[in-house]
Amino acid sequence: MGMIPAELKYAKTHEWVRTEDDGTVTVGITDHAQHALGDIVYVDLPEVGDTLKAGQEAGVVESVKAASDIYAPISGEVIAVNDELADNPEMINNDPYTGGWIFKLKPLDVNELDDIQDSDVYKEWCESGDH
Amino acid sequence: MTIFDISTTGRRATAQAPLNIANVDDLIPKALQRSQETILPEVSELEVVRHYTRLSQKNFSIDTHFYPLGSCTMKYNPRGAHHAASMPGFKQRHPLAPLVYSQGYLSCIYELQEFIKDVTGMKGVSLTPMAGAQGEFAGVAMIKAYHLSRGDFVRDEIIVPSAAHGTNPATAVMCGFKVKEIPVKSDGDVDLEALKQVVTERTAGIMLTNPSTCGVFERDIETISKMIHKAGGLLYYDGANLNAILGRVKPGDMGFDVMHLNLHKTFATPHGGGGPGSGPVAVGERLLPFLPTPIVGKQHQSEKVTYYWLTEKDIPQSIGRLSAFMGNAGILLRAYAYSLLLGRDGMHEVAEFSTLNANYLLKRLEQAGFKIAYPTRRASHEFLISFSREAKEYKVSAMDVAKRLLDYGFHAPTTYFPLLVPECFLIEPTETESKEIIDAFVEAMINILDEIKSNADIVKKAPHSLPVKRLDDVKAVKELDVRWESGKNS
Repeated sequence: MGMIPAELKYAKTHEWVRTEDDGTVTVGITDHAQHALGDIVYVDLPEVGDTLKAGQEAGVVESVKAASDIYAPISGEVIAVNDELADNPEMINNDPYTGGWIFKLKPLDVNELDDIQDSDVYKEWCESGDH
Repeated sequence: MTIFDISTTGRRATAQAPLNIANVDDLIPKALQRSQETILPEVSELEVVRHYTRLSQKNFSIDTHFYPLGSCTMKYNPRGAHHAASMPGFKQRHPLAPLVYSQGYLSCIYELQEFIKDVTGMKGVSLTPMAGAQGEFAGVAMIKAYHLSRGDFVRDEIIVPSAAHGTNPATAVMCGFKVKEIPVKSDGDVDLEALKQVVTERTAGIMLTNPSTCGVFERDIETISKMIHKAGGLLYYDGANLNAILGRVKPGDMGFDVMHLNLHKTFATPHGGGGPGSGPVAVGERLLPFLPTPIVGKQHQSEKVTYYWLTEKDIPQSIGRLSAFMGNAGILLRAYAYSLLLGRDGMHEVAEFSTLNANYLLKRLEQAGFKIAYPTRRASHEFLISFSREAKEYKVSAMDVAKRLLDYGFHAPTTYFPLLVPECFLIEPTETESKEIIDAFVEAMINILDEIKSNADIVKKAPHSLPVKRLDDVKAVKELDVRWESGKNS
C-alpha cells in the first residue's frame, strides 16, 4: 500500500493533491503508484499555462515496465512544473510526496476538491482490489 | 564480447581471401579510395564460426525454446515456406525487370491478395505496407480519405478501447485524429455504456483488436459495429491477434471496414526479429477506392492471362504509394507458400489449435493455483494471469517469475502488458507446440510457485544459470550504449 499521508486528497487514478496556503494545489503520484510502476526513467510534464479539465491527461510517467498517463485531479491552469524531474525522474520513486511533486494548478473551481477521495477512502480503494 | 576482442594482428581466413588482388588503382579512382586503414577483425575462419555459434547459443529463440510471448505469436515458421520463397527465380528477379519477366512472381502475389480477401472476408487488398505500423497508418489514412471524399469534414475523433495495442492511439494521432479512450469491463469486453457516450457526429471510427489484448473475444462486436456505423463512423480491425480466428471468424463478417495483417507473425515470417515486416491492408466495399498502391491486377488478353501493376492511374482516389516495390517481396512469397501449405482447412486448424493450446494451458495453470485475470472467460489464443497475490504476500513480482522461467529453459511470457491487469503475464502458446512442451511449462510454473512460497529469494534473484544475470533496467534506459568503438574496451 505504501505511505498515504492523511492531510492529502487522492484521485482514483493515483494522483495525490495538496492544497497550499495560497489556494493553489500541488499534484504528484502516490507511493502506491510509484511502487506499482517500478523504477521511473522519464516524466513528460504539462506546460505552464496549459488549462486542464478534471480527468484530462496532464503528462506521462514512464518506468522500466510501462508508460502511464497522469491525469489532472481537478480543473485548473498549470502554474508550475517540477523541472528537476527531467534529470532526476527517480525522485518520484524516492520521495513521491515532496521532492517528487509533478505540477501545480491554479484551480478553476475549488469545489471539485470535494469530489476527490480522502486518505482513508483511498486506502480502502487500494486495498479493495487490484488498482 | 565482440569479434574484435578476439582479433589477432595478421590472422586471416585464407580460404575466404581472393587469390589474386588486382591493382586497386585500375579499379577505383584515387580520389575515391580510402586513406585510412579499415578496422576489421583479424580472425581465422574457425574463430568466426565459433564466435557466432556461441553467440547464437546464448539466445533464446523459437528454434531452441518454448516462447509463449503473448501478443507476439512466436510460432514455428515452416522452413518449407522459406525455401520456396528463396528459389533462384524469385531471388534473382530484378524489381525493375519488364513485366513479361515477372509474370510468375506477380501471379503468386495476385493469388496471395485473393487468399487474404478470402481469409478476412474483405473485398480488396493492398500488400504494399512494409510492416504492421504502416498497415495501421494506411488503414486510418483511408478512413480519413473516405470521410473527406464525402465532404464530411467534422470527424476528427477515433475511439480506442483501453485494451488496444499502443500502436492504435499512436496511429490515430499520426493521421491527425484525437483519441477517445474507452474502458473495458471486468469481463474484458468493451464498456458499451462508455462507448455510447463518446460516439458522436465527430466519430471517424473505432480501432479494435478482436480478440483483444485481454485474451478474450469481444462478444458485443455486432452491437459495436452497428453503433459506429449508425453514427457514420468506420471500424478498423487490428490484425495483431488474427492467429486466434484465422479463417474461422472473418473480420469482414464482424462488420469491420478495414484491417491490417501482420504477415511477419501469422504467415510464416518470424515476428520480433527486428524486421523486415509486412503489414497488408484489407478493406470492405466503402474503402476500395482508397487502397494504397501498387496492387497487382490481372487481365485477359486474347485468351492469355497477364498480371500487371495497378497504380494511381487505375485507383485515382488512392491514398498513394507506400513502398517502392510493394513491400518486402520475400515475406509476401513466404506468406503465399505458407497459405498453399496449409490450404483452407489448415488455416482453420491454426485457429483451432492455437485456441485449444491456450485453453488447455489456462485450465492447467488455474488448477495449479494461479490467478486467472478473466476466470469466467474462455481464452482466445492467449490469456492473462496475475501475480498480484504473490506480489502482496511474498513481494515477488511478475518480472521475478519471468526471470526464473529462463532458468527452467523457457522464454518468459509477455510481462506487464496490458496495463489493465497488475503484475500480469500474457501467455500465448501458439498452435505449433505439443502437449508435452505445454505440460513441461506447467511443471516449471508449479515449481516456481513452490519456490515463491518456500524460498522466494531464489526467484527474486533469478536468473542463475544464464550468461547474463539481472540487468540494471534503469541504467539501460538512461545510459543506453550500444555502439562499439575501436580501441575502447567493450
